[in-house]
Amino acid sequence: MTEKLHEFVEKLKEENAAWVTDVIAAFDEVTVIVPRESIVDVCWSLKSKHGFDMLADLCGADRGPEEEPRFEVNYHLFSTTHYSRLRLKVLLSEDEPKVPTVTTLWKTADWHERETYDLFGILFDGHPDLRRILLPSDFDGHALRKDYPLRGYEPYSMN
Amino acid sequence: MSTAVENIPSQFEVMDQSLESEMTLSMGPQHPSTHGVLRLDLRLDGELVVKAIPDIGYLHTGMEKLFEYKKYQQGIVITDRMDYLNPLGNNLAYVMAAEKLLGLEIPERAQVIRVLMCELQRIASHMVWLGTSALDLGAMSVFFFCFRQREKILNLIEAASGGRMTPSYFRIGGLMMDLPAGFDSRCKQFSADFPEALDTFDTLATGNTIWQSRTKGVGVIDKEEAINWGLTGPCLRGSGVELDLRKVNPYTGYETYDFDIPTETDGDVWSRYKVRMRELNESHKIVRQALERLKPGPIKADAPKVVLPDRDDMRKHMDSLIHHFLIVAEGFNVPAGEVYMPIEASKGELGVYMKSNGGPKPERVHFRGPSFVNLSALPVMSEGEMVADVVAIIGSLDIVLGEIDR
Repeated sequence: MTEKLHEFVEKLKEENAAWVTDVIAAFDEVTVIVPRESIVDVCWSLKSKHGFDMLADLCGADRGPEEEPRFEVNYHLFSTTHYSRLRLKVLLSEDEPKVPTVTTLWKTADWHERETYDLFGILFDGHPDLRRILLPSDFDGHALRKDYPLRGYEPYSMN
Repeated sequence: MSTAVENIPSQFEVMDQSLESEMTLSMGPQHPSTHGVLRLDLRLDGELVVKAIPDIGYLHTGMEKLFEYKKYQQGIVITDRMDYLNPLGNNLAYVMAAEKLLGLEIPERAQVIRVLMCELQRIASHMVWLGTSALDLGAMSVFFFCFRQREKILNLIEAASGGRMTPSYFRIGGLMMDLPAGFDSRCKQFSADFPEALDTFDTLATGNTIWQSRTKGVGVIDKEEAINWGLTGPCLRGSGVELDLRKVNPYTGYETYDFDIPTETDGDVWSRYKVRMRELNESHKIVRQALERLKPGPIKADAPKVVLPDRDDMRKHMDSLIHHFLIVAEGFNVPAGEVYMPIEASKGELGVYMKSNGGPKPERVHFRGPSFVNLSALPVMSEGEMVADVVAIIGSLDIVLGEIDR
């Protein structure tokens, strides 16, 4: 299973060596670390040339305030023709948590990116409607960041 | 509208021309046909939907945050409360993600029971979908027939796990406990009676001309759009994509069962209805096969540091007692790494992204809920339809807000 995924990674590297920073293979899954500025190009190439036509999931992760780079955005790509799964990962620093949107390629990214913005405060450049989705619009802070306390800063009231 | 109607009493105002401006209708969050606390902002031109904007988050309880503060085994009970119509599916996705990180081998009997319970749960989930979506379209009696069948399944789940809606039956490394005595005969009884119930549903709904005219050609989404919007499960198969993760990314031994993937090509509410109705049949087939495969054997993996020991062993062996204490008090360490574990839940692809930093608590758990993604495609399906059809489309998506808002 993973050999096939490594072939896709090799093809990506051939196309543009700058697209792939690192490749991690673990637990029968392949993760490709992609620089922030080329994520849209890599997604476009995988979607149009290598059959990864579905974005199964997009989620953020926080490694903790003392880590550098602090944030991760994970793209779980899936193919409805050869049924492979590939994970792309973009690493972001706390000072500039910004990544270009992939809503231009997959409409499903809309809500996933809004959720990631809502809970992590990661900004998606070019997103058509980047506002909070799960939490109220006047909510303070980003709840899934590691430095956000479990019970919040103060009791939230809906008034 | 014409002014052909005559003799209108003077107290009634007759609207002769179309509205100059759009009307905004806030549908929900307490609207019974939104299946939970979903609010839709509908921009209407008369009865036509110009724009539909779903507003979610009313049921957000911060579950993904809570996972990070709980040990791996404590997270299982949180998953029950996400898609509360398919809790065993959520349990399965969560425990399989942890098992993938731990590299556990699950014994044969536990695998068969997992398949059996998940398929029963899928039937129960589809029963709620059929009952409620029929209720939305005004067919009341279907609801009672569906809930009668669902009740039988919930009784079976309760017999096995002790919980009707929140079973938490699957544990990391196996099952909570073995099936109770007499379970398979009760299950066989259900399995023998179910085909008759399926016939009843066909008589009540499938052959009903009102049902057909309310669903055919409504809420159409084509194949390319469906993939682009990330639809999965019956919604995707209703648009003509033959994709079922039980076949293409098999887990828990699904590759050894004989079943088909029902597919329809029209992409409307009727297609999604037919796919789910045929899926009930396929799930029933898997239940029967799993019942035949139930052989005595262990139900927990051989991993004393992860799986709780038997009560009896704890009285006799010191090391079992120590392991029990350590698992309960401190939890078990899971190797660092990240996995994405997708399963075919009753509503579509349920994916669990789990990231471990090597400790007893996960660093990040993310649930890719099928309802969340399927609902995001509601605007594209409902724009240009009538208000009453929006209700039919929501019913056909089979959403559960507990999973969407998490």
